[in-house]
Amino acid sequence: MVRSRYIPARPRADVVRITIGDVTGSRPTGRRGFVATLGSARTAQAIRRRREDGNESVDLYEYQARDVFEKHGVPVLAGAVATTAAEARAAAETIGARSGGVTVVKAQVKTGGRGKAGGVKVAKSADEAEQLAGEILGMDIKGHTVHRVMIAQGAQIAEEYYFSVLLDRANRTYLAMCSKEGGMDIEQLAVERPEALAKVEVDPNVGIDTAKAQEIVDAAGFDAETGARIVPVLERLWVVYRDEDATLVEVNPLVKTTDGDIVALDGKVTLDANADFRHPDHAALEDAEAADPLEAAAKEKNLNYVKLDGDVGIIGNGAGLVMSTLDVVAYAGEALGSKPANFLDIGGGASAEVMTDGLHIILGDEQVKSVFVNVFGGITSCDAVANGIVGALKALGDEATKPLVVRLDGNNVEEGRQILADFNHPLVSIEATMDGAAQKAAELAAAAK
Amino acid sequence: MAIFLTESSKVIVQGMTGSEGMKHTTRMLASGTTIVGGVNPKKAGTTVEFEGGISVPVFGSVADAMKETGADVSVVFVPPAFAKSAVIEAIDAGIGLCVVITEGIAVKDSAEFFNYSKDKGTRIIGPNCPGLISPGKSNAGIIPANIAGPGRIGLVSKSGTLTYQMMYELRDIGFSSGVGIGGDPIIGTTHIDCLEAFEADPDTDAIVMIGEIGGDAEERAAAYIKDHVTKPVVGYVAGFTAPEGKTMGHAGAIVSGSSGTAQAKKEALEAAGVRVGKTPSETADLMREIMQGLQK
Repeated sequence: MVRSRYIPARPRADVVRITIGDVTGSRPTGRRGFVATLGSARTAQAIRRRREDGNESVDLYEYQARDVFEKHGVPVLAGAVATTAAEARAAAETIGARSGGVTVVKAQVKTGGRGKAGGVKVAKSADEAEQLAGEILGMDIKGHTVHRVMIAQGAQIAEEYYFSVLLDRANRTYLAMCSKEGGMDIEQLAVERPEALAKVEVDPNVGIDTAKAQEIVDAAGFDAETGARIVPVLERLWVVYRDEDATLVEVNPLVKTTDGDIVALDGKVTLDANADFRHPDHAALEDAEAADPLEAAAKEKNLNYVKLDGDVGIIGNGAGLVMSTLDVVAYAGEALGSKPANFLDIGGGASAEVMTDGLHIILGDEQVKSVFVNVFGGITSCDAVANGIVGALKALGDEATKPLVVRLDGNNVEEGRQILADFNHPLVSIEATMDGAAQKAAELAAAAK
Repeated sequence: MAIFLTESSKVIVQGMTGSEGMKHTTRMLASGTTIVGGVNPKKAGTTVEFEGGISVPVFGSVADAMKETGADVSVVFVPPAFAKSAVIEAIDAGIGLCVVITEGIAVKDSAEFFNYSKDKGTRIIGPNCPGLISPGKSNAGIIPANIAGPGRIGLVSKSGTLTYQMMYELRDIGFSSGVGIGGDPIIGTTHIDCLEAFEADPDTDAIVMIGEIGGDAEERAAAYIKDHVTKPVVGYVAGFTAPEGKTMGHAGAIVSGSSGTAQAKKEALEAAGVRVGKTPSETADLMREIMQGLQK
């Protein structure tokens, strides 16, 4: 099966009150969906997400979420994605016709703070939409280059609410959250005024039916009339969650227009890639752009790789053991100034092919000065792993220029160590323990500086 | 004794006739597990021959297998797309323990079968886990039986390979039971369930608990230990040096209320009296110290 891959943080909901007109004064919806996008914080997030999700998640761009909402009958405003200023103009001509020529040009990036960064602007005409799209496309928002904008219909907003349904790991159920106070930083609201954020458990085998939706709007404290308008929208949002195999559906803000209509103005959807077998259309929603060229190359080979900022390359089997390996190398390297260069989990099997692919990626990282291969042969046996290493080094030939420290334990460990000893490659050394191998790899990296 | 799985457990394998099922049934039999049947509706009535002249009958359903053999444990190797219906079938048949090895099951499917099991008397372990072993007694899953023998340490872990690593580190002492609960978002048996069972198990003297960054399962386990566990517990959390970043970064953080870092987990565990090792070997040393202290 496809192994976990790094997926950037989901797009963020920025709120624009076009009735005010001053978009630079709009309130950002906060840190939800936000990760620092450069360097270590992003990679930590990537490693964590893989483990937390246990599987691959796919975060949708705002325009994709809008389309999915529309498909399931959730009320949304007109919107279209554009990759050039000319496309933006054409979209604004069509869409603006519904809202007096006014549209909103929204940068499509999977990071927070796009409003503050100038990535969301109101256009009063198609000319202006074209001009603004030209400015926003190519803009850098926290390390994310804007490749697309969404041209959205303007709305007359009376009130802003919040709704989400997501997985509740602790209770092992789903959880619906709803508030009359949307559009703002929902994490902050949850901390500062928890009573303003209703949380209602949802049984996965029942879902959000009319009664449950009513319970949610009542818990959030909506008046009867507004509640009655929101209930059917929540039922449709549940259909999105259920039928698309989502693990998060979030609408912030869910707005009431001056006409009293309820509209999902901005949405975040996270899909469960383990369910792709039921959703052939989901493959098209996956983001092909990876932030790092090595990560992109690893993704192509279905390797679970995250680039870090160090000099000891790491290959191991099983995400837990690899994380533990990073720790042990970091401790060993403290005094030497060496750090792990990456996270790479080759999974249960460690064939020559997987080992070759893994080493190829790691040796392609110019920062790497030594490589630590840490395998516990549980299901895989160590002789197979050793043969994998031998095959990889043969295949890599002159490309293999960095010292390789190998620690093998578990099934057929003696045979595995013997294979490597017989191969007698000048770059390969064998260590008996994980701690000893980490020390050796850190020393080799430090010596190569 | 041991937890969840003993020498009297009668095990059936759902998906036994597939390649993974065959491979691991062979291993389970070799480690002394009483495997009384396989389940495959298309091959009902046949038998499968394993090494050592053992023939295992194949039944058309879990209910049939239980009726004919008195099976009380099922191990599931069914592919992800069919796993939910296999687990539901096992629950409906009233099996006591259902160990789901399959990796890559959709979260919705796990959420549905787990919630379905809640009031039905079936304990689910996994999915996406290595299963559990009570060394010298029985082995339900894919944990290699030759790493460590029987002893008086109980082990519970999210991670498969760290389970093996820790059993290896402490192979001189041995284990009452080792349970790999899996790292999926929804799992049937938690750290807390295992801690409760080990606390009640007369053959377990001390417990080693392995966690990882992310989520708040370790923090919840720490709170449980503080109030309910009297036996010594040693902990290990992988991911200490994973660079700091914003955890979860979405509505999930509101739900869990935890930062999810290894440091936060370590602090929570230590506040509950758990000694936490920085590395697997240091953790093993802490456990060895405790076991030596108990023998005096």
